Amino acid sequence: MLTYALRRFLISIPIIILATFLIFGAISLSGDPLQDLRQQPNITAEQIDRVRELRGLDEPFPVQYWRWIQQIPTSGFGEYLLSPRPIWPDLQRVLLNTLQLVLPAEIIAFIIAVALGVVSAKRQYSVFDYTTTTLSFFGYSMPAFWFALLLQVAVVQIFFITGVRIFPIANLSSANPGTGLAFFLDRVHHLILPIASLAIFSVASYSRYMRASMLEVIHSDYVRTARAKGVSERRITIKHSMRNALIPTITVAALSFGNVVSGAIVIETVFGLDGMGRYFIAQLGRRDPYPIMAWLFVIAVVIVVFNLLADLIYGYLDPRIRYD
Amino acid sequence: MTDQGRPTRREHGLQTPADFPPTHASDVHDEREVLLDDDYSDGAQIEARSQWQLFRRKFLRHKLAMGSLVFLVIIGIGAFFAEQLAPYGYEEIDVLRANTAPTFEGLHFFGTDQLGRDYFSRVLYGTRTSLQVAVVVALLSTAIGTAVGAAAGFYRGWVDSVLMRLTDLVLILPGLAVLLVAAALFGQGSPLRIALILALLFWVSLARVVRGVFLSLREMEYVQAARASGASDLRIMFRHMLPNTIGPIIVNLTLVLASAILVEATLAFLGFGVNPPIPALGRLISDGRSSMQSMWWLIIMPGVTLVSIALAINFVGDGLRDGLDPTQQET
Repeated sequence: MLTYALRRFLISIPIIILATFLIFGAISLSGDPLQDLRQQPNITAEQIDRVRELRGLDEPFPVQYWRWIQQIPTSGFGEYLLSPRPIWPDLQRVLLNTLQLVLPAEIIAFIIAVALGVVSAKRQYSVFDYTTTTLSFFGYSMPAFWFALLLQVAVVQIFFITGVRIFPIANLSSANPGTGLAFFLDRVHHLILPIASLAIFSVASYSRYMRASMLEVIHSDYVRTARAKGVSERRITIKHSMRNALIPTITVAALSFGNVVSGAIVIETVFGLDGMGRYFIAQLGRRDPYPIMAWLFVIAVVIVVFNLLADLIYGYLDPRIRYD
Repeated sequence: MTDQGRPTRREHGLQTPADFPPTHASDVHDEREVLLDDDYSDGAQIEARSQWQLFRRKFLRHKLAMGSLVFLVIIGIGAFFAEQLAPYGYEEIDVLRANTAPTFEGLHFFGTDQLGRDYFSRVLYGTRTSLQVAVVVALLSTAIGTAVGAAAGFYRGWVDSVLMRLTDLVLILPGLAVLLVAAALFGQGSPLRIALILALLFWVSLARVVRGVFLSLREMEYVQAARASGASDLRIMFRHMLPNTIGPIIVNLTLVLASAILVEATLAFLGFGVNPPIPALGRLISDGRSSMQSMWWLIIMPGVTLVSIALAINFVGDGLRDGLDPTQQET
């Protein structure tokens, strides 16, 4: 297991290096970051030249690339293009906020999806099975932002009718969130709607995988053997079937982290949350290449980490995979 | 077992094993003849049903898929003739009738927006934009995915390794983030441009599917026969192997169509889609957001249109998958 883990870990290092190269290459290919500034009448040519010199934008590609790489560990992605503010504190803040949204959403979605998948597979072609299948079709066919907007409308309409504000529909915290437990409860209250709208789409996709792999397992020989030797149905379902059916589902969940990031971008925009997604949209609007590259790098690292995690879990759950 | 006066193969003048001089007693022979006749006629009937007919029978019986297909055809025709069908132009402002809820009066089926523009016309034009983008994405990504998958599966070796590592890379990327960067830095704008950007990501799943099928097909006898008779690589790939891959390709096409529509809408919603004033469903929803609490139709109408199109495409895809799956041939 240790060799396997070490090998997987070492493979991810060149992937990160490749990612930095791709990110930098793509962003610098997109053209001169100062182009927009030139159009503005209140910025002089000297100012633009000064920024260009400071940033080394005239230097050859490898030199610029090396300069950027060096900045990542030493000064945390350097500073914004036009203001001397460092990027990392902002990025760190939004990353932590996004994790508070994404991790609970994924964990809740995974638990619900496994339960739905197991029950649908055990009662194949039942009303329950057809209902979850149809609902997951809706999950696949609905844009996340629209569903989130519907939730907001529903909550506000309930407020208009009954005068009760069930959930806040924007921001991470109230104006005066308090401290300690009060802060935590306030944060949970604010995050329930975003988490629900993010989780529902993951449930739609993971429950399909869980159902399929569960169906495969419950028709396998060793389950029939277990049943023949008199193992209780409950034990067969949980211990013999579900555990094995979990393996591919866990991998799918860990590998679909990219989709989760996409979902977070949309949900944070709709609910006005100060997270990675909204930060990214804002920086894209400002056309500042440095925070965009930093964002992409952080996401690349997170994705590689999740892939590594998926490999390790896979290797732990299925020992055969360690000997390839 | 009885003949019941049906014309036998012998009467048709066809040669069956029963035509040969019987080696047994005549009563045994008679029974055998009837048996054989039955088997042969039934067998011939089943064999006459081609793969295409089998598929068509199954798909036509799939009510949900058929209904969805009819719905999509109607929507498609409506969107194609948007200019003739829309009661108003999408930029036609009528301030006197602003903020009207859906009504038949003045043909404002979907109401009007804050400027009094007819929302039905705007949704119709928006649907046209969505479908244009989705169709281009689907065709383009199918072409790229098929070519990449075919090359990887046919040549194997280092071609396969390089192409599959590339698809792995694209698969784990956060799709929306990459699309946003591409749209922001390399230009948003016309529907075609958006479609080109989307196609860059959507070919991947098909490439893997086609590769898988090609890997197994390349070992088939007919491929070896084609190679032995001197057919070129390209001819083997596109003339002999590709027709046998058409099922998964079509199913994947529907998946791409549905998700391209949703992703295009998401880009438009975030402000990185087709440039205004061309209406796009996602942008209609994002524009309607500010008044959605009092004017529900501003987000409901384009949203429901979007969801029903995507849902219908997914249902058609499901029907196609059932119809094309050779492991479910019992009917």
